[in-house]
Amino acid sequence: MSEYEIVDHEHDVVVVGAGGAGLRATLGMVSGGLKTACITKVFPTRSHTVAAQGGIGAALNNMGENDSWQFHMYDTVKGSDWLGDQDAIEYMCKEAIPSVTELENFGVPFSRTEDGEVYQRPFGGHTLDYGKKMARRACAAADRTGHAILHTLYQQCLKYQAEFFVEYIALDLLMDDNGKCVGVLALCMDDGKIHRFRGHQTVLATGGYGRVYFSCTSAHTCTGDGNAMVLRAGLPLQDMEFVQFHPTGVYGAGVLITEGSRGEGGYLTNSEGERFMERYAPTAKDLASRDVVSRSMTIEINEGRGVGPNKDHIFMHLEHIDPATLQMRLPGISETAKIFCGVDVTKEPIPVLPTVHYNMGGIPTNYHGEVVTRKGNDQDAVVSGLMAIGEAACVSVHGANRLGTNSLLDIVVFGRAAAQRALKTVEKGSAHAPLPKRVTDKILARLDKVRHANGDVSVGEVRNSMQNAMQKHAAVFRSNTSMKEGVQKVDTISKGMDNIGIKDRSMIFNTDLVEALELENLMQQAIVTMKSADQRKESRGAHSHEDYPERDDKNWMKHTIMWLNDKNKIKLDYRDVHLNTLTNEVASIPPAARVY
Amino acid sequence: MAEFALPKHSKIVKGIDYPINSEAENTKKINVYRWSPDDDENPRIDSYTIDLDQCGPMVLDALIKIKQEIDSSLTFRRSCREGICGSCSMNIDGTNTLACLKSIDDVKGDINIYPLPHMEVIKDLVPDLSKAYEQLTSVKPWLQSKSDPEKGKSRKQSPEEREKIDGLWECVLCFSCSTSCPSYWWNGDKYLGPAVLLQAYRWIADSRDENTEQRLEDLEDSFKLYRCHTIMNCTKTCPKGLNPAKAIGEIKKLQLERR
Repeated sequence: MSEYEIVDHEHDVVVVGAGGAGLRATLGMVSGGLKTACITKVFPTRSHTVAAQGGIGAALNNMGENDSWQFHMYDTVKGSDWLGDQDAIEYMCKEAIPSVTELENFGVPFSRTEDGEVYQRPFGGHTLDYGKKMARRACAAADRTGHAILHTLYQQCLKYQAEFFVEYIALDLLMDDNGKCVGVLALCMDDGKIHRFRGHQTVLATGGYGRVYFSCTSAHTCTGDGNAMVLRAGLPLQDMEFVQFHPTGVYGAGVLITEGSRGEGGYLTNSEGERFMERYAPTAKDLASRDVVSRSMTIEINEGRGVGPNKDHIFMHLEHIDPATLQMRLPGISETAKIFCGVDVTKEPIPVLPTVHYNMGGIPTNYHGEVVTRKGNDQDAVVSGLMAIGEAACVSVHGANRLGTNSLLDIVVFGRAAAQRALKTVEKGSAHAPLPKRVTDKILARLDKVRHANGDVSVGEVRNSMQNAMQKHAAVFRSNTSMKEGVQKVDTISKGMDNIGIKDRSMIFNTDLVEALELENLMQQAIVTMKSADQRKESRGAHSHEDYPERDDKNWMKHTIMWLNDKNKIKLDYRDVHLNTLTNEVASIPPAARVY
Repeated sequence: MAEFALPKHSKIVKGIDYPINSEAENTKKINVYRWSPDDDENPRIDSYTIDLDQCGPMVLDALIKIKQEIDSSLTFRRSCREGICGSCSMNIDGTNTLACLKSIDDVKGDINIYPLPHMEVIKDLVPDLSKAYEQLTSVKPWLQSKSDPEKGKSRKQSPEEREKIDGLWECVLCFSCSTSCPSYWWNGDKYLGPAVLLQAYRWIADSRDENTEQRLEDLEDSFKLYRCHTIMNCTKTCPKGLNPAKAIGEIKKLQLERR
C-alpha cells in the first residue's frame, strides 16, 4: 500500500465528528488540558445539529410551573416505552440543568422571558406531575436552537484553540490485537493523504444514519459512519430497529417542521377537517409522543382521511396564531414552508407527512459514554479506548422512542460526560504503543478496492434501491410478511456493492469516492436495521408490528444487539434494560400502559 | 510595451456536452464550471440537459441528479438541503446563493453555475474557504465577559436586549456575501468582509458581552473595517435575508462615537 502517503498524529484523545456532541466533548477535553484532535467530514457548523429547531429539554423551571428533573425523567422513561436505561435517563435529566445553564453561559442566544430568563416552550410528551398536564420545558432560541447551540460550541472551541481536522473522512478504527481501540485512520479530502490518528480514547460522535431511507429530515451527510466502523471492528450495534418518524416533515421535500410549532399552538387535521389527535391522545392531543402522532397520522391516511388530491398527507395549521408570535417564535419554519411548499403559514396549512428523523439505536454505551459490548455473561463489558456519544450512541436514554428536545440534550450531556470521563481515565501525554502495520494495511485495502471500483452499477443506483427497500419495509407500521421481504431485498441489494463503479479517480476532494464509502457504511446499517426489526416480535415505541400489536415486557423488555461480519452475516444477542436508577434520589419507574 | 498575462487557469474553455437521451419535454440545460487540480488543464464549462419532470424543484436537486445519474465526478459541497448548514453556496445565474434554496424555476433560460467568485478553487464548485475561516477566528467570535455569571445560573437578558442580536446570530457562514463584495475581491487578504464583520457585530450587540471597547479597537483599521464602501452587494445576495451592510454601518457608527 505504498501508494498512499501516511501522516501520523499522536493525541491524548481523538474525537470523530464535530456536531453538538463532538464539539461539546472536544471543548471539555481541550479546556481540561487533554491534547485533542477533532476530525470531521464537514466544517463544524455544517454538522446536522445545526438543523435542530424546537429546543433543548431541561427542567429549568423558568415558566413558574414547579417543573423538576424527576418529571422530565418520568416522561423520558415513558416516552422510551420502557426500553430506556433508567440509570442513564436519571443522569441525563438531572445533568440537563447544569448543562443547559452552561450553554447559556457559553453565549447561546436563547430566546428570553419577560424576566430575562431562558424561554421555554411545550413539546411532545413533556408533562408536569407525571402526565397530568403539558410542561414548558424546551429551552429555545426561536426555532433555530440547534444552530444557536452548534455555532456557540464551535466558538467556544475556537476560544480554547481546539485542533480541528476539517473535511477528513474517517475510514476505520485502529484496533489492536487485544480488541482495544487505539485511534482512527482518516482520508484528508483536500489533498488525498491518509492520516493516522492515535489516541488513548477515540470518541465517535458521528451522528445518525437517516440516509438509509429515501425520505428523511436528515442531511445528506447523515450516513452513520461511526456505526459502520464499529460493526467492522467486530462490535455490535444496539436497538437498530427503532427509527423515529417525525410527524411533520414537509410533504414531498421531507424537510423538518419543528414539533415546537405544535408547542406554540399548531394542530393537525385530516380531510374532514377534524383535529384527529384528540381521539388518539385525549390529554396531550397534538403533543403526544412522536411515535404516537406518526402512527395516528398514518392510520388516518390508511383509512382514507388523508388530504390532497391523492389523500396521502395531513395538514398542520398555524394560521390561527398571531403573525407577530409566528415571526418571533417560529421564523425559520415560516421561511421553510414558504420556500419548500409555497405556503404562507399565516394564511394556509402546511402539508406534512411522518418522515424518518432520528435513530434511537446505535453504539451501546454506559452513561459515561464508554462503548460496551456483551462478553458471555458480562452484559456491560467496556471496550477499551472507545467512546460513543450523540445520535451515534445508544446509551440508551431514548429506548424505543425519543422525546423531542432530548436529542440536543443527549449530545450536550453526554459530550460533557465523555470529556469528564476522559479527563479521569487518560494520562496526559502518555506514550502510544507501536501498532502493527497490518492494521493500517487492511483498512487501506478496503479504501483501495472502493477507489478503483469499476463495476457497471453506479453508487446512485444501489443507494436508491436500498433507500426504497428501507422506506417500504422498515416503515411506521411493520409486519412479518413485509419485513421478511425487506430482509431478502436488503440482502440482495447489498450484493450489488461488489459491482459498483466510480468515475473519479482523483485523490483530491473525491466526493464520488466518499459517497461510495458512505454507501458501504449505510448498507451495513440497513442490513442490521432490517434484521433487528424482523426479529423483534412485539410492538414498542417506534417499532409497530401489525402481527404483534402489543408490548411484551415478559419476553421483549431487552435491548437487541447485533454484529455483522465481513460476509454481511449477522449475529444476534440481547442486553438487559437497566431498570435501576443511578441514585436513591428517585425510584425506578415501573412499566405501565402508555397513554397520552 | 508591458505585457500582461492572465493568472494561470483563468481562461475558461467549452467542455463536454451531455445531451438528453429521452423525449422529455420539460428540459433544462445546466452549465457547470469544472476544474480539477490533477491535470494542468484550464477550467471548462460542461453542459448537462436534464428532465425537469424527473427532478426536485431546487438547483441543488438538479446538481444531485446530475451527480447521481449523469456524471458522478461532478464535485460540490452539500449537506442539510434546507438552507441552514451553509455548505452549498455557489454562484447561480450570476448571484451568490445556496443551491438548496434557489428554485430552478427562478432562472430563465440555461442555468449557469460557478463556484463562489474570487476564491481559490479546490475542485469544480468547491472553493477554499480556509482564509475566510481564519478571518472569522481573528475577531474572537465568542462571548467575552469580565464578570462571571452567578454560579449555576444563566445570565439575564431582557427580550429587548435579546432582540438586538436578531438578524445577526442566524448567519450560516456560507460566505455568499463576502464573495459578492468587490472590495473583498480586491483586498480579501486584509479586509474582513461582510460575513466576518457581521459576526463581529453579533458580539458587540450582545448585552452579555463586556468587551465591546476592545472589539471596536481591534476593528479600527483602514483595511479590516473601512474597506467597506457600502456597495451593498452583501445584503442583496444574502440567501438568508440578513443585512451585513447594516451591521457594518452600525460598527462604523460606534467607531465615530468613540472618537
